[in-house]
Amino acid sequence: MAADGTGPEHLSAPADAPDSPRIGVDEWVASVEGKRERYTGVRGAVLREWDRLPMAVRVLVFALPAALFPLVTTEGNLFRYGLFTLVYALLALGLNIVVGFAGLLDLGYIAFFGCGAYMYAILASPQFGNHWQAEAAIPVVVVFTALVGLLIGLPSRRLFGDYLAIMTLFFGQAFVVFVNNANRISFPFVGHADLTGGSNGIANIDSFNFFGYVFYSTKQQYYFLLVAVALVLILLAFINDSRTGRAWRALREDPLAAEAMSIPVNRLKLLAFVFGAATAGFTGAIYGTIATAALPGDYDVGLLITIYAIMILGGFGSMMGIVVGAVIVSSVPELLRSSVNARPLFYGAILLAILVKLRPWRRLAAELAGLVAFGFALHAIASAAYPRLVDGNAIGSGAFARGLNHWMLIPRDVVKIADVAYIVLVAAIVIYPQLSRLWQAILLPPLLYLVMFVWENLLLVHIGGATRLILLGALLVALMNIRPQGLFGKAYVEIV
Amino acid sequence: MTGDTPLLELRGLDKSFGGLRVIAELDLVVREHEIVSVIGPNGAGKTTLFNLITGLYRPDSGEIRLDGRNLVGLAPHRITDLGVARTFQTLRLFLNMTVKENVMAAQYGQTKVGVLRSMIRTPGARKEEKQIHRLAEEKLSFFGDRLMGYRWDQFAYSLSYANRRRLEIARAMATEPRVLLLDEPAAGMNPRETHEITELIGKLREDGGYTILVIEHDMHVVEGISDRVVALDHGVKIAEGSFDAVATDPRVVEAYLGLRRAETK
Repeated sequence: MAADGTGPEHLSAPADAPDSPRIGVDEWVASVEGKRERYTGVRGAVLREWDRLPMAVRVLVFALPAALFPLVTTEGNLFRYGLFTLVYALLALGLNIVVGFAGLLDLGYIAFFGCGAYMYAILASPQFGNHWQAEAAIPVVVVFTALVGLLIGLPSRRLFGDYLAIMTLFFGQAFVVFVNNANRISFPFVGHADLTGGSNGIANIDSFNFFGYVFYSTKQQYYFLLVAVALVLILLAFINDSRTGRAWRALREDPLAAEAMSIPVNRLKLLAFVFGAATAGFTGAIYGTIATAALPGDYDVGLLITIYAIMILGGFGSMMGIVVGAVIVSSVPELLRSSVNARPLFYGAILLAILVKLRPWRRLAAELAGLVAFGFALHAIASAAYPRLVDGNAIGSGAFARGLNHWMLIPRDVVKIADVAYIVLVAAIVIYPQLSRLWQAILLPPLLYLVMFVWENLLLVHIGGATRLILLGALLVALMNIRPQGLFGKAYVEIV
Repeated sequence: MTGDTPLLELRGLDKSFGGLRVIAELDLVVREHEIVSVIGPNGAGKTTLFNLITGLYRPDSGEIRLDGRNLVGLAPHRITDLGVARTFQTLRLFLNMTVKENVMAAQYGQTKVGVLRSMIRTPGARKEEKQIHRLAEEKLSFFGDRLMGYRWDQFAYSLSYANRRRLEIARAMATEPRVLLLDEPAAGMNPRETHEITELIGKLREDGGYTILVIEHDMHVVEGISDRVVALDHGVKIAEGSFDAVATDPRVVEAYLGLRRAETK
């Protein structure tokens, strides 16, 4: 605005004000920041186009392949990959309201999921002889869990951060203890009642029965879940883009400023809790009918961590990220059950890590050559001196595995040697960072070889379960280093 | 242009933190369309005064009245709804929201559509949403082209310091207040920006119709904008009146510069 007299007359303008160019320091800062924000190249073009698509189209991009999935796979695979992915996605979407939108660290979230499953089990299983239709049971379950959310939200609505986390974690654990013991409660007038089946849970939960149409098959359940996920995605996107969504984000950013800007912070926190709980309860009812049983162990911290892993992987607050995160977290451990899939990923990850980390190129080439030579040399020496170290079961077929058989030691009595190697490996990893750079460079090939030896002889072959979790963990750690905000998340700026 | 009706009225306001009395028996009247500056050395209780008016602190005793209605004991968001909005000395923008969203979020108290209606986007909800957008654009256009165009979709953290100060004012304006409390609007600005802020505060009164209470350290700004100046020291009002009268008041000089031995003897 020019100095043309809207301000008081007697105030003279500073010397540099009139007619000086508009571009000042703050314009420059803003334009530089703006450029840094903007994505460039192919990635930028794709992201911009993606942002321009209407919500319905974006949902379709995910829903269409998902809808075609049952046509190309077996019933068993559909159950293992499809159903669990969708259940996780729905759960994470609900948690995203509380954690991603409103920024409340809720560690009791899984209790609402359990509440939904148990409530549906009580309404539709032989436990109490109730067999409600799904169109009546689902609304009751959703309203019930929303009320539980309200109840837990009420005492915690003044809490933030760590305090809220501890409080909700307590509620989550209390829920597990409750369902484990609620099989011998004595009610006034009614007498003893078995509410939750104790540690045996409630079995034989009915399939969904909508107006007489029963969802028996996995395929039917899958499509029901798919529609539910798409619907919840759209509804949440609408909320996110409304005054309530903005108020949630404002409260996540700065509760005090939000309160001063006419946003009733406590009421909005409760609302986030209630919506998160309702979504979890809805998912719980679906999970109950899929699993046909409600068991206390299903609603423990393990699942909570899985759901948080999905959110962290996908990016807090990003709904598309959460769907992708659910696909990865639920299917990667399943895929890695077979060593055929796990082996390329493991060696690929190690190769990628040293490709990224080792510079300059000469050093990288030297270390790689050292690693390969070390393996062949060790194998040659061992086969000459101690044949017992190399005549174990061959690794498998295929060119890569055949090559590996001439490189990796496969001892006859694997477990004894591998156990020792494992302990040596842990010690080596502790000591390695303390060494000087020269020794680190010299010892890197043997160390990597030791890692692979333990992997081939102990983890991959003998402890398959650990293998896939270690790989998934490594994947998460690597991602957190490269993109702390998750795959689709936005990096939050705290202080500028 | 300055009306005679008192809009904001403080009577016998008192606030202590433990044994420290931060505001003591403070009376202050701000009339409609008036610009009143609060000055005083650091720790004089200026920001505490703002926190008391906006309900972030509760006074130990005394009354705060807006147009005759007592504000003491109301939640901060209720007070904002009734027409008192503020900016913060240490900028408290919603940094990870866009410029426009910052202003839109502040309209929460002015809008009605509930979460269930916006979830399914009823026609009423769409209409209100459009109105929110329009109003946000209107408030942002108040600052010339500083916060217009491509800036709407930029995140608040990417703004320059001066623009963040402007955005805070725009956000406060979006709550449709009658009284604007500006906490050091010119802090950290260069001379040209300070000059611009001075003009802006005048424009806020003329075009926006706000009554303004402002804390400011820059005496050029205070001189340029104030109808009246109130000086605080240790929570006590030590002077009140025109800028010239307050600036030359010996007690104000003493509060800022300390006592001169030669004169006191």
